[in-house]
Amino acid sequence: MNRLEMTRRAALLTSAAIAANVANPFRAFAQEAPRKGGVFNVHYGAEQRQLNPSLQASTGVYIIGGKIQEALVDLDEKGQPVGVLAESWESSPDGKTITFKLRKGVTWHDGKPFTSADVAFTAMNMWKKILNYGSTLQLFLTAVETPDAQTAVFKYERPMPLGLLLRALPDLGYVSAKHIYEGSSDIRQNPANLAPVGTGPFKFNKYERGQYIIAERNENYWRPNAPYLDRIVWKVVTDRAAAAAQMEAGDIQYSPFSGLTISDMARLGKDKRFIVSTKGNEGNARTNTIEFNFRRKELADIRVRRAIAHAINVPFFIENFLGDFAKPGTGPIPSVSTDFYPGPDTPQYPYDKARAIKLLDEAGFKPGAGGTRFSLRLLPAPWGEDISLWATFIQQSLKEVGIPVEIVRNDGGGFLKQVYADHAFDLSTGWHQYRNDPAVSTTVWYRSGQPVGAPWTNQWDWKNDQIDKVIDDAATEIDPVKRKALYAEFVKEANTELPVWMPIEQIFVTVITAKARNHSNNPRWGSSSWHDLWLSA
Amino acid sequence: MRILTLAGRRLAASLPTLFLILIGVFLLLQLAPGDTVDAMMAQMGGGDAATARELRKFYGLDLSVPMQLANYLWRLVQFDLGFSSIYGKPVATVIFERLPATLLLMTASLSFAFFFGLVLGVVAARGVNRWPDTLISTLGLIFYATPSFWFGLMAIVVFSIYLQWLPAGGFEDIGAVQTGFERTLDIAAHLVLPTLTLALIFLAIYLRIMRASMLEVLNLDYVRTARAKGLDETRIIAKHVLRNALLPMVTLIGLQAGTMLGGSVVVESVFSLPGLGRLAYESVIQRDLNTLLGIVFVSALLVILVNFLVDLLYARLDPRIQAEG
Repeated sequence: MNRLEMTRRAALLTSAAIAANVANPFRAFAQEAPRKGGVFNVHYGAEQRQLNPSLQASTGVYIIGGKIQEALVDLDEKGQPVGVLAESWESSPDGKTITFKLRKGVTWHDGKPFTSADVAFTAMNMWKKILNYGSTLQLFLTAVETPDAQTAVFKYERPMPLGLLLRALPDLGYVSAKHIYEGSSDIRQNPANLAPVGTGPFKFNKYERGQYIIAERNENYWRPNAPYLDRIVWKVVTDRAAAAAQMEAGDIQYSPFSGLTISDMARLGKDKRFIVSTKGNEGNARTNTIEFNFRRKELADIRVRRAIAHAINVPFFIENFLGDFAKPGTGPIPSVSTDFYPGPDTPQYPYDKARAIKLLDEAGFKPGAGGTRFSLRLLPAPWGEDISLWATFIQQSLKEVGIPVEIVRNDGGGFLKQVYADHAFDLSTGWHQYRNDPAVSTTVWYRSGQPVGAPWTNQWDWKNDQIDKVIDDAATEIDPVKRKALYAEFVKEANTELPVWMPIEQIFVTVITAKARNHSNNPRWGSSSWHDLWLSA
Repeated sequence: MRILTLAGRRLAASLPTLFLILIGVFLLLQLAPGDTVDAMMAQMGGGDAATARELRKFYGLDLSVPMQLANYLWRLVQFDLGFSSIYGKPVATVIFERLPATLLLMTASLSFAFFFGLVLGVVAARGVNRWPDTLISTLGLIFYATPSFWFGLMAIVVFSIYLQWLPAGGFEDIGAVQTGFERTLDIAAHLVLPTLTLALIFLAIYLRIMRASMLEVLNLDYVRTARAKGLDETRIIAKHVLRNALLPMVTLIGLQAGTMLGGSVVVESVFSLPGLGRLAYESVIQRDLNTLLGIVFVSALLVILVNFLVDLLYARLDPRIQAEG
């Protein structure tokens, strides 16, 4: 057994230990009866411009809006779609008509009944027109018919795979009230976006910008006996170290989505008062990337891209900088995506410095003065300390094979502008966030013909007709088995050509009080409704 | 009446400065890559180009830079600070919501730093080169050299986590609905640590200035005369030395009002206070030009106001300085 396998085994054991740590409280307190009441204080790191998840798909909105508004569908413990506002669904044989039967007896927080008109209004005016990712997903939606108050019929111009829609709707299927938004001149500026009205277990109460947001228990919630909590308070704490201190002081009970520093998460993991784990975030997988700009002639050469991949010791980096919170990745579809993961048997690029040097020599980029072959500019995205560490690691690794790298740091807006609009990069690195189905989040990184300036899309100037065809076929293929096969082909091609390299798989880390019960019980728990969450005394 | 004339003149003189500052900040922010829509896209985790184009049009970002600047200045002339793209509210409203926390923090810190800097400076000067002086000067050096974010975090670790005496952050306790005196006490408790954190570095400066200034005045002839008259030392310090030694301290207040706004960015972040400093930081990160310019405008007004008050105080302390001049 070599050192690498040892490490992997140790990592597996550690994750098993973490999993046991999460499972234990349930077992130990299995006899404990759910307790009503209590306030749940949540760390809120980055305030958004609005709180309506029908208009903005991001965890920063779901963490609040997802408790107040509800989606048609959510995911259960096993990651399978489960009805929320929709009770059942079926697709026509040609895949162009999808019918949802809606739940009866649901009312909005202002007392008005929830009907199919709300779904039709939201789908046509928000999902299709405004919602990021939603406008791509619903591109071929032509109408939503409402034969009665409990039925919504989605009509598509091209076949819509039912599986794709159901996996997308937990994030892209939040419903807003028609009577609140109808007739408003600009939906984006509707005051309800900052004081949302929903059907969810918690009712919006108060928003003090820069300080806190409060939601109270919805006494008329449609699920019997839910919710348990009296109120949820989201506290705005922008400084990560300060957030860790507030958790220790007991002012905050939950910090979602890797909101603390890597060292603080490791430290609190040893404290009995907290549970630190990746459980409940499987639906929020992300991969660390290296994006190659094909406008540089060196990088357009496949041997150079492969050499760069071979030159970087990914397992070493993970072991020494990311700890238990990450593992080596095998391509654009992460292993947590059980529906689509094609397995690790696709072209891979293990650490091999000699091979990297050989490939570079073959490509004709011989070392010049001072051993330099050519130099590159690397733009790291500013979200998360792992990206910053990874950028430095890339720089040091490539120096060893004769490629000096200059790191150019920007803040969020600057990074997106320079990479996606100005294309002023040679290499860039950030996160690819996987959203349950490759058609929602992933294939746009590879499909050519993306409009200039659209973030997180193929702006590398890479074009491959074969992969374009596979992507287009898979997006409208209604047979799940064929779809999976198409995506396996997609991954194989993506890993062979390597326009983007995704060598590290990470799942967001949750830090939560050990008193919480029924937490982390679905793959997007941080975003879900928390209707069954309760706090033990 | 004389004060009003003076005030009017000072304000009129500062108007061109204010405009130059605003234009400067506007142009500087144009140099930063990306605009508010890019920042918004970053926050959303993705979006398509059509949405981005529509948003740019909505926020008036599709216009040329000179047009945007002209629009802004024209609105400003009409006392309209514009609309914040992050907050979805008028900039004036956003700023006035944030102003109380910063004003409270600044006033408390300045008063604390001024008062204790003065007392410690006097004590050090009187015991010059003996142990009180050595002790106070060393402490001053430590306060001056410690970064305020580190000091703030250590204060949280000691007073909030271990001793649990004071809250770790926030402006007030949101768990309980409080009114009147109780609420005042609660806010005061929340402000103790941030005030100390922000004040210590300024205290160190005041202390050193006061000490130097005292030592200088103590050597002047009129002090020797007073001693020769047989006045006791306390009287000499209180009546003769202090008043003259205070002048450089008062000058410093005016200078530091501006610095303090900058320092409050860090302190407000560490203690999660909803103040102007953090608002300014967020506006830069999110490229919310209107809000940032609004903050610059309001801060400039604040600094002008403080300096005006300092001038009045100066005239009161030193009768040789005449307002008419």
